[in-house]
Amino acid sequence: MSMNELREGFFQECEDLLEALSDGMAVIDAGNADSDTLNAIFRAVHSIKGGAAAFGLEALVEFSHAFENVLDAARADRLTLQGEALALCFRAADRLADLVADARADQPSDSAASATLIAGLDRLLGAPSDAPPAAPAPPADEAVAPAFTPLSAPVSFDLPAKKGGAPAAAPDAAGGMSHYCIRFAPSRETYATGNEPALLFRALAAMGDLSVKADLSRVPPLLEMAWDEGYIIWNLTLHTRAGEDRLREVFDFVEGACNLDIRRLDAATLAGPQPGPAGAPGGTAADAAAAPAPATPSPAPDTVATDEPAARPGQGAPARATIRVDLERVDRLINLVGELVINQAMLSQSIDEANLPSGNGVDSAMGQLRQLSSELQERVMAIRAQPVKPLFQRMSRIVREAGHASAKLARLVTSGEATEVDKTVIERLADPLTHMIRNAIDHGLESPEARKQAGKPPEGIIRLSAGHRSGRVVIELSDDGAGINRARVHETAVARGLIAPEKDLSDEEIDNLLFMPGFSTSPEVSALSGRGVGMDVVKSEIQRLGGRVTLASMPGRGTTVTISLPLTLAVLEGMVVEVAGETLVVPTTALRETLKAAAADVQRIGAHGWFIAIRGGFVPIVDLGAELGFQPGPEGFVGRVLLLIESGSGRRAALAVDRVLDQREVVIKGLENNYGHVPGIAAATILGNGRIALIIDPDEISAAPAPGPGAAAPRPALATAAGA
Amino acid sequence: MKLRVLAVDDSRTMRGMLDAALRDAGFEVRLAEDGIEGLERLNEEMPDIIITDINMPRMDGFGFIEAVRAERRYRGLPILVLTTESAPELKARARNAGATGWIVKPFDEGKLAVAIERVATV
Amino acid sequence: MTDAAEQHPVSRREIVSFRVANQDFCIDIGSVREIRGWTPTTVLPHAPPYVTGVMNLRGAVLPVVDLSARLGLGPTEPSPRHVIIIVMIEEMTAGLLVDAVSDILTVNGEEIKPTPDVAAGPAKTLVEGVLAIDERLIRLIDLGRVFPDHERGEP
Repeated sequence: MSMNELREGFFQECEDLLEALSDGMAVIDAGNADSDTLNAIFRAVHSIKGGAAAFGLEALVEFSHAFENVLDAARADRLTLQGEALALCFRAADRLADLVADARADQPSDSAASATLIAGLDRLLGAPSDAPPAAPAPPADEAVAPAFTPLSAPVSFDLPAKKGGAPAAAPDAAGGMSHYCIRFAPSRETYATGNEPALLFRALAAMGDLSVKADLSRVPPLLEMAWDEGYIIWNLTLHTRAGEDRLREVFDFVEGACNLDIRRLDAATLAGPQPGPAGAPGGTAADAAAAPAPATPSPAPDTVATDEPAARPGQGAPARATIRVDLERVDRLINLVGELVINQAMLSQSIDEANLPSGNGVDSAMGQLRQLSSELQERVMAIRAQPVKPLFQRMSRIVREAGHASAKLARLVTSGEATEVDKTVIERLADPLTHMIRNAIDHGLESPEARKQAGKPPEGIIRLSAGHRSGRVVIELSDDGAGINRARVHETAVARGLIAPEKDLSDEEIDNLLFMPGFSTSPEVSALSGRGVGMDVVKSEIQRLGGRVTLASMPGRGTTVTISLPLTLAVLEGMVVEVAGETLVVPTTALRETLKAAAADVQRIGAHGWFIAIRGGFVPIVDLGAELGFQPGPEGFVGRVLLLIESGSGRRAALAVDRVLDQREVVIKGLENNYGHVPGIAAATILGNGRIALIIDPDEISAAPAPGPGAAAPRPALATAAGA
Repeated sequence: MKLRVLAVDDSRTMRGMLDAALRDAGFEVRLAEDGIEGLERLNEEMPDIIITDINMPRMDGFGFIEAVRAERRYRGLPILVLTTESAPELKARARNAGATGWIVKPFDEGKLAVAIERVATV
Repeated sequence: MTDAAEQHPVSRREIVSFRVANQDFCIDIGSVREIRGWTPTTVLPHAPPYVTGVMNLRGAVLPVVDLSARLGLGPTEPSPRHVIIIVMIEEMTAGLLVDAVSDILTVNGEEIKPTPDVAAGPAKTLVEGVLAIDERLIRLIDLGRVFPDHERGEP
């Protein structure tokens, strides 16, 4: 791998690490700061620091170091992450993400922003939450958190000279020859850690003139020997130009796990004998050719841990093996499978039309082919599915920033992050969601004072949830703010000429005025949400994804915006119907029942409105052919087939069709890319005969008013807005 | 004969760097993502030396070293710990777990070679 | 004129010419993906009258524009003799219903003249220039203006 590839790999890894960090922060924010979580976020920042150091990304190293120190203190229970400290960590996490992005783009980072945060982080350590915050405390734990070492610093195995009793003798700065006397008594631990005296001697020998003598005086009779104990004491002398620090460096790995005494021989030390261990002077000397061989026989009870790796308290499920694949390859695969499914349907239809004698084997083979290709398609689509988690995580930052900018206290609570949605959908949801969240905080939440007066906690809650509901993905964003001020919305809509002043609107209709193009209730344009982008843009973006947006509000209690999206962008279960000679598909998710209109149940109300009585209620009848402009309005509905549908917002309608042909899975083909949105139509599909059939959008169809005979007449503005 | 090094680190980046540096220094390299995978690779690969990170999910470096040392045949296997700090506490802990030595990050090829030479017969 | 063309080979362009309502039109060959025989289209609700509907091109759903209707020359009664030219308009793919494809020609950019002022209505806005070849007047269509999608937002 080249350095560039390694570097790019590092940034890709950073994405995952930042996600893990953000994840953990959310858990802590929810009040569950367990040690696993603290360890995980520490590890994430630690890994970023490690990689950053390797690539010389100093700003990133410096920042992650300061952040890591705080997290280290938290996981050691020296600091509790709550309140101010937690808020600071959130900002630090955001800053870290920025630094990573800047480093990746090779652009300078806002060093002032980093410096402010680093100072804040350092202060956290200086004044732990349970200590009096008075003194301008020194860094809490200098030993664990040594000063940041830049990449270019010389390699240092810095050993505090407090052990071993030898005051750090000044090395021979002049570089002249020194004479060292080393007494090295390996212990059981020296060998148990896999250290090998001979290798250390080799390193010393490379520094100068070395002589080695083994002191065997402590070696007991064979039968009394413990197999793993170190009995031999090594007496070494070394003539070298190297300083004592370099000698100590050689023993770095064993220092503390052996008895070590290093002396520079000068007149004074040469005069007196070395203080040896009890009764140990002299003894037999031997050449250091052979190191003590690790004994083989062992009575030690071996508890082998390798077979039960999961027994250790770990971090949940084992990591799954993954590969990175170019998205284009996946898409090509998806297109091909789509073709395959269509072809299979065409083949199936040709066979049907061929009227083969039964029992020829073709039917069952076709059935299997159908099943296989539909499963294949499902699996292939699943490749594109991704959890919404990273998207939700990005939103927590939006909440923090929007709260900050509007001087409101806001907290994001998420659920259902594991819900999987098509990757394209996730990407294209980011902007609408961002806008909706800013809106919720800017317009929805009250100021902390107003909330207190209303008997609410000062901090507003923004809830973001995802889940599967009747074959669709539903994403809900709610706030616990003041709710929509309907009087004002109505007033504004009238003032802008969007609705007639005398028009009487239901609450739902008023709420939906917010989706009208150009609507904004804010008297002054806010820096946050009033950027000329309104909820109408949100709505059209969601519709482009085959989704729907609805809005519900409770005065004083808050507002909920619900986005409902198709599970995949590919397949849909539908009822194939015929209307005025055209073939259409009605999604079965919206379908409640199929009925034949009996004379007694059909009512005509007003000039053009037809209704059918169903279990005591009246449901408007929509003539699909007329609504879509295929034929003029009908004279009556008695005897026609009605499909009772219910839209995502709960509105019901009875769709009048000529015939029901089939119920089947159809492949969704978007109209948007090559044409644009067609009112009442969600998408298209290709039938077995190769012809295109349009797929009805139950929401838009049920929202449409009953058409007059001159269907070309302009519709009321509201209906157009809701449908466009 | 080339020495075979098993390098265990949860960071993709670090694994990549270790791989590149160790190969350049003339070692044969095997990689694992955490302690658990390290233990699995250990028996397959029979490395001459192990280099492991400390902070890892599932099984951290300390746990990994303890598990390696718990197997009789790996008692003398040199194990080097990768660490960003050279704090005495950390060294003591690594040693108590059975580590042979440590390498302070960021490392370069030379630093790796020095540390390896000190614990293995190159 | 030929001399000038030889000095500026850069301005040579290839065009596909075709007939619509007994008139000759052309478009740049770079926009043409393929040419197919007429197949019935599926009607699109609320579409302008000159959009005959959508067709299936190997799994993709494409709108088809009746060029004659679009140019204000009256709707086409499509039959199997009619032809659909599949074109790319920016990111979009669409079909153009025409009577027949006549030729592929190489012309000089200088040969394309401004549209004479005699025309009016859609034909005037859609034709970006004319050229005379073998005493025939060929109108160059501005593809960017053909498709209703590109007029969205306009009243």
